[in-house]
Amino acid sequence: MKCCVGIDLGSTTTKAVILAESGAILGRGITNSRSNYKIACDVALSEGLIGARFALVASALEGSDPAAGSGRALLAELEHGLREQQYRSQLRVLSEVMHRFMAEGDSDALREVVGEILAAMERGAAELFRSGASRKSDFFRDLAGSIYLRLAEEAAKTSPVGFDRLVGLFDKAILDVENRPTDAGNFGRHARAALSRLPEAPAALTRAVEEVAEVTLDLACTVGTGYGRATLPFPKEQIRSEILCHGLGAHAMFPGTRTVLDIGGQDTKAIQVDAEGIVISFQMNDRCAAGCGRYLGYIADEMNLGVQELGPMACRSSRPVRINSTCTVFAGAELRERLSLGEKREDILAGLHRAIILRALSLLARSGGVSDEFTFTGGVAKNPAAVRALRGLIIDNYGEMTLNISPDSIYTGALGAALFARREWLRRGSPGSGEATSDRGAEGGRAA
Amino acid sequence: MPTPIDPKAPAVSAVCKEDSQLRQKRMIAEHYHRLAGCPGSGEKNAYTFVPGNLTELLRSFDLLPVLPEINALQSAMRGKSREYIAVAEKLGHSEDVCTYVKCDLGMMKSGNVGPTGERLPDPDLLLLSYTGCFTFMKWFEILKEEYSCPVAMLHVPYQADGVVTEEMRRYVVAQLKEKIIPALESVSGRRYDEDRLREMLALSARAEDDLVAVLESAKHRPSPIDAYFGGVYYIGPIFTAFRGTPEAVDYYRTLREEVEERKRLNLGPVTPDGAVDRERFRLVVEGPPNWTSFREFWKMFADEGAVVVASTYTKVGGVYDTGFRHDPSRPLETLADYCMGCYTNLSLPSRVDMLSRYVKDYDADGLLVNSIKSCNSFSAGQLMILREVEKRTGRPGGFIESDLVDPRYFSAANIKNRLESYFQMIEQKRMHAVH
Repeated sequence: MKCCVGIDLGSTTTKAVILAESGAILGRGITNSRSNYKIACDVALSEGLIGARFALVASALEGSDPAAGSGRALLAELEHGLREQQYRSQLRVLSEVMHRFMAEGDSDALREVVGEILAAMERGAAELFRSGASRKSDFFRDLAGSIYLRLAEEAAKTSPVGFDRLVGLFDKAILDVENRPTDAGNFGRHARAALSRLPEAPAALTRAVEEVAEVTLDLACTVGTGYGRATLPFPKEQIRSEILCHGLGAHAMFPGTRTVLDIGGQDTKAIQVDAEGIVISFQMNDRCAAGCGRYLGYIADEMNLGVQELGPMACRSSRPVRINSTCTVFAGAELRERLSLGEKREDILAGLHRAIILRALSLLARSGGVSDEFTFTGGVAKNPAAVRALRGLIIDNYGEMTLNISPDSIYTGALGAALFARREWLRRGSPGSGEATSDRGAEGGRAA
Repeated sequence: MPTPIDPKAPAVSAVCKEDSQLRQKRMIAEHYHRLAGCPGSGEKNAYTFVPGNLTELLRSFDLLPVLPEINALQSAMRGKSREYIAVAEKLGHSEDVCTYVKCDLGMMKSGNVGPTGERLPDPDLLLLSYTGCFTFMKWFEILKEEYSCPVAMLHVPYQADGVVTEEMRRYVVAQLKEKIIPALESVSGRRYDEDRLREMLALSARAEDDLVAVLESAKHRPSPIDAYFGGVYYIGPIFTAFRGTPEAVDYYRTLREEVEERKRLNLGPVTPDGAVDRERFRLVVEGPPNWTSFREFWKMFADEGAVVVASTYTKVGGVYDTGFRHDPSRPLETLADYCMGCYTNLSLPSRVDMLSRYVKDYDADGLLVNSIKSCNSFSAGQLMILREVEKRTGRPGGFIESDLVDPRYFSAANIKNRLESYFQMIEQKRMHAVH
């Protein structure tokens, strides 16, 4: 079957959205951006394709099984299982790379400790992906990294091998693991393995997985956007600016949208769209990235927290600190100064979130103000403290209005790109005769 | 309807130099060489600014004009502004100060070597015609301290209502008679010669006719010129040292013939990287260009087939396309009108009127503002202008930010991102209008 793809190559994360011929969203994929943009795109795409295949399995189940509700629960189980298989597959690559790096003159003690850590990680994989388990991140680097560090710290206490050596080895290896194509995107193999571990998997599910694994997804057209779009191997007409993609994506999610705010990793965009989702005006931050998503990343690093922990912590504040500077470089200094003055972490964080939103408000004003309906997109839209500050300041400045935030807000740009891809495909001629590329390559981790 | 464009086709073709370019280069080089020779030849000079410049009057006293903001932009184009600005900042000038000022001061402190590599003479007079930029006054205050030379200031009333009244004209003429001309007589040792001034003003008017024809050629599709990036070259002689000279008349005649020939052949504008063969976007631009990355900046437009068909920056040294010409029959009054009419002396409503007219008359796709970080004079009000022009014309506006001559304020990736977004926005609106 044919599908259209949008890829948003952001500075922090790379997203992919897969659309069916009808324009319906089939799948979404995300990975962390890295030094090799091509690989980041491949991984996001293969994740999106896995999502698409899950959607096809779900649809097959609903068609065949009157008790679709229980099917959905099983499908969720299957997805946890597949993620576990992907993780295990990445762990195997990590192990191979680490052993390769250790081959030259390293002590047996080091090899032994590393082997034990990796074995413990392998043993913990099932628990990490069991139903209901919470994970700090869905990216292999973050997941494996935090577990490895914890185990390495413990091992270093009783072993002659130093902690620094263990960490150095991991840091070196993880780059190699990330920047090589892997088979983590192989739906058929991982889904079958996951299925085999499901007790009493119904025949309908097994049949659906088998059928869907054999479906060929033809990538009829792909459009790229985002910070790194110029590096994508697409012809010029298949590259769109983030502004247009966020505008169209937000319109598709919320057709009543007139103003869109996207706080991305490196830039903030205030966009005005018309009733058709066509951008009529926009403003972006200038060369200074103060107040963008990366600012929160710095703050999280300073506080030794995950970036997604900042918002909930800030929401616990009862007396926010007033912070004026949103300078990313000075964020750490300002934070330490406030802590030294005895301010509480949650109060400082609440002030920092407000400072970011104040800067965004200036861009919104420059773009022509805020109109109903207002949609907040990008990764920061998942942050409850940022949303709370935004909601308050919008009401203060513009009055009550509808504030739209989708749980899939991070995919808005990729969705816009996918919609442009579909338009491009339709423009080229009759569906069915497009210049399609099979996803078979992409499933192994390589984009078409 | 515009012709559909194949986006895969390159927008720019091979490089070529035209006769007018070579001629201008020669003229400018000779002028700087003559300035360098002032201490030996005994010729005298006046430092002055482009907006509201009194070039004919200066030349009628055989005084040579030196334009610090032109020197600053030339320094930027030669890649020298970074070190000059650093010198000025070491002297205590803040990062936010107009970078023309700091670049000029840094150049002065580094030996006052001009664009051709020769030393510029110290000023014999600082002639300040105040037309909308407060910083000019502070700039010359600093230079006065450095050079201990006389300063003559012409105060030009702001065109708040967009109209030059007889009273305003009399006020400027009185200053010319009572302050400026005596100062020029004192510095030059010559008497004021009105007949000579009239001859020069007549030459100015001839060159101005041809300049207007060149600028208005952009109404043609495709435009044979770029009225912003190319435009700053076209205004070079007339806005700086050559108004009122036979060389300027010859230059503009040559340029006009070249442009008319390009128009006849339906050729696009010439850029440093070749000619724009495929005009995809027609823009009106407000605000000065960035000079440190001028070529890279221009290329961002040319590569997309974006041609600037009208700009306001090319009116800072005089607005001629509304019909103003220097008039030899009323020499001092015409100089007064010229000073009051230049772009930087116009109120925001007048600028909105002008820009809206340009968008319509030149059938542009929209207005793009290049807002200058260190120039409050230009930047104040630009967003309001943008919104108002959008409202009046129904064409989309775009907004980018850079600086005059401080390379630290030019972020190529950011500007390119915004420009691409703007061009795609225009295209999307265009496609939508078709469907």
